[in-house]
Amino acid sequence: MTHPSSRMTRPPSMIRLVRLLFALALILAPLAAGAVSDPSEMLPDPKQEARAEAIGRQLRCLVCQNESIEDSGADLAKDLRKVVREHVAAGESDQQIIDWMVARYGNFVRLRPPFLWQTLPLWASPGLALVAGALLLAFLFRQRRETPPLTPEERRKIEELAKQ
Amino acid sequence: MSGDPLAGTRRPLSRRLVMSLPLLGTLAVGAGFYALLERMRAGRYDPHEVDNPLIGHPVPAFPPLPPQPPASEGFGGSEIRALHRPLLVNFFASWCQPCRVEHPALMALAPRLPIWGVAYKDAPDAVSALLAESGNPYQRIGRDATGRAAIEWGVYGVPETFLIDANGIIRGHWAGPLGPDVIEGELEPLLRRAS
Amino acid sequence: MIPELGHFALALAAALALAQAVVPLIGAARRDLRLLAAAPALAEGQFLALLLAFAALEWCSIVSDFSVLNIAENSQSTKPLLYKITGVWGNHEGSILLWCFILSLCGAAVGVFGRTLPALLRARVIAVLGATSVGFLLFSLTVSDPFQRLWPPPMEGRGMNPLLEDPGLAFHPPILYAGYVGFAIPFAFAVAALLEGRVDAAWGRWVRPWALGAWAFLTGGIALGSWWSYYVLGWGGYWFWDPVENASLLPWLAGTALVHSAIVVEKREALKVWTILLAIGTFSLSLCGTFLVRSGILNSVHAFANDPARGVFILALLGLIIGTATLLFLWRAPRLAPVGLFAPISREAALVFNNVFLCAIAAVVFIGTVYPLFAELLLHLQISVGAPFFDATVLPLAVPLLLLMPIGPLLSWKRAALWPAVRNLWWAALGGLAAGLLAALGRAGAAALGFALGAYVLLGAFAEIVLRSGLFRLAWREAGRRLGGLRRGTYAAAVAHAGLGLTVLGISGMTLAQSRLLVLHPGEEVSFGGYVWHFERLEAVNGPNYTARQAVILVRRPDGAEVARLLPAERFYALQRTKTVETAIHTNFIYDLYAVLGEERDGGAVFRFHVNPLAPWIWLGALVMAAGGALSLFDRRVRVGAPARLRAPVLLEGGSLKRG
Repeated sequence: MTHPSSRMTRPPSMIRLVRLLFALALILAPLAAGAVSDPSEMLPDPKQEARAEAIGRQLRCLVCQNESIEDSGADLAKDLRKVVREHVAAGESDQQIIDWMVARYGNFVRLRPPFLWQTLPLWASPGLALVAGALLLAFLFRQRRETPPLTPEERRKIEELAKQ
Repeated sequence: MSGDPLAGTRRPLSRRLVMSLPLLGTLAVGAGFYALLERMRAGRYDPHEVDNPLIGHPVPAFPPLPPQPPASEGFGGSEIRALHRPLLVNFFASWCQPCRVEHPALMALAPRLPIWGVAYKDAPDAVSALLAESGNPYQRIGRDATGRAAIEWGVYGVPETFLIDANGIIRGHWAGPLGPDVIEGELEPLLRRAS
Repeated sequence: MIPELGHFALALAAALALAQAVVPLIGAARRDLRLLAAAPALAEGQFLALLLAFAALEWCSIVSDFSVLNIAENSQSTKPLLYKITGVWGNHEGSILLWCFILSLCGAAVGVFGRTLPALLRARVIAVLGATSVGFLLFSLTVSDPFQRLWPPPMEGRGMNPLLEDPGLAFHPPILYAGYVGFAIPFAFAVAALLEGRVDAAWGRWVRPWALGAWAFLTGGIALGSWWSYYVLGWGGYWFWDPVENASLLPWLAGTALVHSAIVVEKREALKVWTILLAIGTFSLSLCGTFLVRSGILNSVHAFANDPARGVFILALLGLIIGTATLLFLWRAPRLAPVGLFAPISREAALVFNNVFLCAIAAVVFIGTVYPLFAELLLHLQISVGAPFFDATVLPLAVPLLLLMPIGPLLSWKRAALWPAVRNLWWAALGGLAAGLLAALGRAGAAALGFALGAYVLLGAFAEIVLRSGLFRLAWREAGRRLGGLRRGTYAAAVAHAGLGLTVLGISGMTLAQSRLLVLHPGEEVSFGGYVWHFERLEAVNGPNYTARQAVILVRRPDGAEVARLLPAERFYALQRTKTVETAIHTNFIYDLYAVLGEERDGGAVFRFHVNPLAPWIWLGALVMAAGGALSLFDRRVRVGAPARLRAPVLLEGGSLKRG
């Protein structure tokens, strides 16, 4: 939010640039949250339409905050939805269409992160978390079993105390 | 109540190592967040910005754009490749406020290198009116009425500017208005290398 | 005048918080009774000062005092009164003030309701809360001052984001913050225990109610936020794995693990170190969430205005709080006795299992949320981590957790036999299988598993009650008597677990939701989802600060019986020049009929209709969970505290006050 000119300090020009970039994004952000979209956009074949929707849910709306192109009312999202439907109608596979998008917008457009060596820790995180939990448990339980057994002297003392 | 009195002293090192993990984790994550904040302040990081994958690659294939007055010629990929000079391609629109903000910078750059504009999803009359009013920095202007050409370039908003070198390879991309810092800090060095 | 008074009160609160942080700790070190006794008084004083500050800001908002910068930027004179009151926390500065207010309320609550706690423990807890308050109050006073003035004052304010003018969103922040900030109390208990150098069964018993209270609020807050997204954003979605949503889910997951592991500390004095770590971790995750939302480093629908300068302050504050706590943990925790003895099959083991899976889910959500940031920082790779990732990783981890949920309460402590316990769940398992089969036959696909698990959890939640009261084994009177004798805590657990079952069923039901997008002209109707949707007319409606176009849709069953009258609308707020979409929802608490109005097109209008089966159960289930959490606070064991008081106070070894 820009403060009125009563601000004491002038932010450095880089910050102003960042703010203008934000303004750039906002221009194309949906005016109303919540898109109804257009029935004339839909493909006539319901199966193809469902496929197009499924692909669309995997693609990020680049001018919105964390929405897929199916959920967004932005102009760019509408254009990209049209492109996806054209490609589906042309018979391309899901992977081909997603690759097409990635070639133009980069991996950022994929809501499901790609499988690269750089995303290995990400995709392995459920397994790693469970393994870490198991290791921690093993560590703790191993500690417990380390409790040394009673020496004969200690055992004798306990028996004496119990007799009293 | 506190159990085995020898508990804390047995295997102290491995226990302490494990118990130092929360602190180490906190410091690592904190350092990471701090680095990101510093980058944001320096303007090198913007969560809303989308990196363009075409940098270092040839100009993408896109449908040739019809001319937009006041320019007499539109352009396509072949015209760019035939130019053999560094070129700026600037996507703009009359309804875009930041585009008006960067306009003077484009006017200043125009004498030094060719700038070709793409009118993105705009009414032809509105574009002519804008350029008549503020001046025309573009040698050629293509009309992208549907926005398809922009999608081929990976454009997600306006204004966006691409620097193309003499061999038709994209060397620079800026989303958002070209401010003096960007021109001086990033465009100029690339231009020198591209010539 | 009033804004200055509010500002002064804020500064006073900061001073009191500083005293609240320092005085009791000195008293604890010196074992000085008077200083220890000052703790509750200081906490209550801080609360009153913040109450004054908050009231001052509310006053400025209600009278539309545009000489206060915050009001001028976020309010307008024609805003309805409800939103003038609740809009105070709809912006950054106001919400920080709300945060401070609730934090001071926590301190005062411990002062008032913690009378049965040992004086040393209570004083230290209040001191830690005070220290945390100091940080946030300084933040507020320096870079987030809600009382900053604007001169000359404008004639009209800028108005609030119209999306926030909504009853759901009005109450979402206070309830959510009560949850976030409420976990500061268990955090303070953990730090106090570390300072004292011991954790015992009593500590477990004392910390649990506070953790449960915060958990109940957090559950309610998250559910309210989700329900709000559902009815405002207009496409029937209710959870988007948005970074800010994840930021609220993380403390919830850790908090759930905490309330469960605290049971083991209370009952068996085991898992002490782990529980302390969880208590520190839950509040740390709350703080992390605050940071992520306000610093601007995340791309999110919810993010407040970006300001890296604020971000650095919050990060420093976070670092100080969490860093000190984890350092203290490293220093003192090894002194605590290691894990107590229990067999691999036992109630403790089940609770450990519960913790492992909850924390694994939390780890995955955390990694998924911050991975894009660190990938960009370290690997120069720009990726998105969205709903497809989280659905693929979190749901499989939830399955073992849900399977174990009804089994855990049936296992005995220390050593249990698995099969005899599981045997008691035969009817729950049967119910689950039946639900799953029905769903599979109804072409639910993968969601059939969700239906099966949801039904199993819902039915199995009551297994402990049935078992302990002998409901179907013994005569009615005997069973009835036993039912009455069961602790409220047992009922509370059953209710909370049943609530989760309802939510799982609701989520599974939503996967079967249908929608239809079409153009209708006035008078036309369409048959969809087993109903006939009739578009009557379009009309213009005016509100206090908006104009709207509203459609009248009559929904009836094929045989003609009218089911609902839906009024979807599109509003235009003149001042902010924004449009919002108002969805129309009709619910019979089993499914929702949902209508959204789009643009007008050649005499007709674009509509989207949805039929959402079991959608209401998502939030009803969350409400039931929160109710279960609240119910557990009425368990009489919660009220049993330190030994009875004698006349003149004497500080005994171990910290309890003895009045002789």
